[in-house]
Amino acid sequence: MSQDNTGKNSGRIEPVCVDEQGRLAGFVHSIESSSAVDGPGMRFVLFVSGCQFRCLYCHNPDTIKKRNGKIMTADQVIEEIAEYASFLRFAGGLTISGGEPLLQADFVKEIFYLAKHDYNLHTALDTQGFLAGQLEDEWFDDVDLVLLDIKHIDPDKHLALTMKPLQPTLDFARRLSDMGKKVWVRYVLLPGYSDDFDDVEKLADFVSTLDGVERVEVLPFHKMGENKWDELGYKYHLKDVQPPSPELVKRVIGQFQARSLTAC
Amino acid sequence: MTTSDNTSNLQAWAGFKGHQWQQNIDVRDFIQQNYTPYSGDDCFLAAATDRTKQLWVEVSALIEQERLKGVLDVSSNIGSSITAHKPGFINKQLELIVGLQTDAPLKRAIVPNGGLRMVEAGLQAYGYELDESVKEAFRRYRKDHNQGVFDVYSPDILACRRSGIITGLPDAYGRGRIVGDYRRAALYGVDFLIADKKREKSELDNEVFSEEVLRSREELSEQIRALQELKQMAASYGVDISSAATTAYEAVQWTYFAYLAAIKEQNGAAMSIGRISSFLDIYIERDIQAGRLNETEAQELVDDLIIKLRIVRFLRTPEYDMLFSGDPVWVTEAIGGMSEDGRTLVTRNSFRFLHSLYNLGPAPEPNLTVLWSNNMPKGFKDFCSRVSIETSAIQYESDDLMREHWGDDYAIACCVSAMRIGKQMQFFGARCNLAKTMLYAINGGIDEKSGVKVVDGFDPIESEYLDYDEVVEKFDTMMDWLATTYIKALNAIHFMHDKYHYERIEMALHDRDILRTMACGIAGLSVAADSLSAIKHATVRVIRNDEGIATDFEINGEFPAYGNNDDRVDDIAIWLVETFMQKIRKHKTYRNSVPTQSVLTITSNVVYGNKTGNTPDGRRAGEPFAPGANPMNGRDKKGFIASGASVAKLPYESALDGISWTATSSPTAFGHTLTDQVNNLSNCVDMFCHSKGFHINVNMLDRDTLLDAMEHPENYPQLTLRVSGYAVNFIKLTREQQLDVINRTFHLSF
Repeated sequence: MSQDNTGKNSGRIEPVCVDEQGRLAGFVHSIESSSAVDGPGMRFVLFVSGCQFRCLYCHNPDTIKKRNGKIMTADQVIEEIAEYASFLRFAGGLTISGGEPLLQADFVKEIFYLAKHDYNLHTALDTQGFLAGQLEDEWFDDVDLVLLDIKHIDPDKHLALTMKPLQPTLDFARRLSDMGKKVWVRYVLLPGYSDDFDDVEKLADFVSTLDGVERVEVLPFHKMGENKWDELGYKYHLKDVQPPSPELVKRVIGQFQARSLTAC
Repeated sequence: MTTSDNTSNLQAWAGFKGHQWQQNIDVRDFIQQNYTPYSGDDCFLAAATDRTKQLWVEVSALIEQERLKGVLDVSSNIGSSITAHKPGFINKQLELIVGLQTDAPLKRAIVPNGGLRMVEAGLQAYGYELDESVKEAFRRYRKDHNQGVFDVYSPDILACRRSGIITGLPDAYGRGRIVGDYRRAALYGVDFLIADKKREKSELDNEVFSEEVLRSREELSEQIRALQELKQMAASYGVDISSAATTAYEAVQWTYFAYLAAIKEQNGAAMSIGRISSFLDIYIERDIQAGRLNETEAQELVDDLIIKLRIVRFLRTPEYDMLFSGDPVWVTEAIGGMSEDGRTLVTRNSFRFLHSLYNLGPAPEPNLTVLWSNNMPKGFKDFCSRVSIETSAIQYESDDLMREHWGDDYAIACCVSAMRIGKQMQFFGARCNLAKTMLYAINGGIDEKSGVKVVDGFDPIESEYLDYDEVVEKFDTMMDWLATTYIKALNAIHFMHDKYHYERIEMALHDRDILRTMACGIAGLSVAADSLSAIKHATVRVIRNDEGIATDFEINGEFPAYGNNDDRVDDIAIWLVETFMQKIRKHKTYRNSVPTQSVLTITSNVVYGNKTGNTPDGRRAGEPFAPGANPMNGRDKKGFIASGASVAKLPYESALDGISWTATSSPTAFGHTLTDQVNNLSNCVDMFCHSKGFHINVNMLDRDTLLDAMEHPENYPQLTLRVSGYAVNFIKLTREQQLDVINRTFHLSF
């Protein structure tokens, strides 16, 4: 795992990937036909593999390496989505998550395009936004909602938590606001790391300056991903950290609500 | 039929519309003419009254004593009948609705007509002894159902029972699964019903006295006698139910008395109450309109009835409880659905019944079953979803599928078996084990566990690697043999049950001429389907023991598993369901009953798994099957909707007795807020029904809660969860069953 302490954006979007027959393809970690916690309603979730962040609390560490996924063409993915399209149209939509979807921007864009134009689905992109600066505004045309993961508001703590700098994420948040995109901010609450009162105040202040934020989701840290770290042979740094208490979760949600944000 | 009984009834019917139902017994017509559909939300509901709470506290204390002792008490000196016991009360001052099975709450009756052996075993298990006089009566003067069946069983049937390829046959106890139209007692009063039965009998006076006609005449006489006893029993509580009920209170009490008579006389495997909530709503609405009743009082009546339905008990053996998980009686009440004319059958009382789960806390009984239609009002759908999320105590069955077959006045017998109320009954046939049947096909009829040859005339497969076509061919002929033996057993059981343990009062609340079904069932569907998928799509090598019996399998390669919406294996599951149904249909059935089948295991999936060796899908010997039509635990990897899509492909036409799916999730996996969760769940159930899915149990539980309840049962007296087709008290399950439930797929995304 490389570490970038310079604060410069060293991440790059992966080149276009094709299968042996020349069809647009990407690396897919897994597919979930029906998640209720990845955007509004019931979502078909495509988890792509590969991420530049190395979040200490990552609950899907098996998605960090792109090559842990299997290659699927965009058409194959759409075929799977098509099975559930009639349901997804009234009950929810498509969410692309990861890993970090923007790492495979061409593949992801094509799937959003087809889902929107062929099946008229609501689309959501779950991202930390680190690579968004490399994409034109048009890239987001077929994205209805961005689930923007802000890991921390303090640059140093962000770096310590994710091993990548914060600024690209904040820039992207501002840009989405300017573009008039709808956004759900997602914030993982990790005791001892992201629960400091003043930090949350700062984050809430920042978020309240953005337009288009429909909801802030405070996601309590949980231990369900822990065994995956062991299985992968990675060192897990949070063995002794416990999930936040309900009171703590309530406090943090309250801090967002105090700024008239819808938080849960 | 206009008789003198009608005059007193006319007063009782004041304000009700319609004509046809007043002339002939026709409860459906009465409902259609008089009910008030309700399309609002749950805002109108009233909390439990202090009286209700106090009564429930007293009952809860008794239930806890019962849990510690196994059974609280047994009435071991009287063979139960409608009038055998003196009136019993929980607390006379507090009860609105009265009537108990024996003379004290939770005191169990013995019902020796079903089988004296079962009674003796049940008594012995809990330290009681059968009264000598009862023993003498049945040893010397009276034969029971159980003895009748074993008088005629053939060696092949006995061998199947022993090996466990067919399990749970109702040959030693009441078959149950018959739903009397208990509403008739309230709508017409018992005198009217007796007069009508006399009419039905007199119509046969001039018929040729064939065996059929004679049987019918004898049955009608028994029914009339039972109705008279029903009146007597009510009178012993100081209530005269000769004429129609005049108020909501009376309608509830009359209906309950009729049901009570049934559960005094029969300890059937499942004793549904039917579809009473929207029927009773008509009386409640009339009283509310007239200013005789308010919402709090209406809810109080419902809660009081529900308390009674929660303490229905039968004396069972511990082995029986192991098979069915802690004492279930399936007091199934069907709620909601749509009328054939497009109006919803949801009424305010549909809400009140579900609301009892809040007023009294969650409980497995009565088995509240929502007949889901995509056209039901959103207010009711969302209320159901919320109740599911907060109690895990209700199940859903597709009214859109069932209404096509059974009209709009059917009830659910037991878990998933639909039948027109008062016009249809079934011969309950438990189930046979398809996974084990496949192993018999591979081993030429030798049991893989015992090494005993159970079936003659079949050659084993001798190749080292299993060939799909060869396995399918041998499996197919083995299913022929199984269907033949199975139907023989069922014909024997139901012939004898009619003869020695006839359901007099339940059948008195049916028409004379009814549709009968022969309800067969299959277990191990997903194991059999995945095994065939492995044989077809991967390579399966047979490992044989010293006697040459295939006892294990080595799988090389990947294969698609049922439960991922993958036609390559889902088609195999469909083929199994359709093929076995065709085989059952070939046989002559007792009383010309129409053969049907269910894909339902209740919790016997654990016992079936126990009795089945290693299977070619990689399942280890003894490991539980998935319940009902569920995919195998952990093999449905694409989530809730994909899993449900596979189950929904199973054709209802080939499983008219029901197809059961149990889905378990944690509430937080269904959304971040309660509003999200409710909305998402409603949409998912809509989707499942829209895809022609038949039944879904929804459990919303946290794994940690279940683990804690295993260690500290005393802290979770009312923790309820759904298994196939019914709900159980989690703490009443055996440890093995508890672990099975916890290991079942939790659909979680995180």
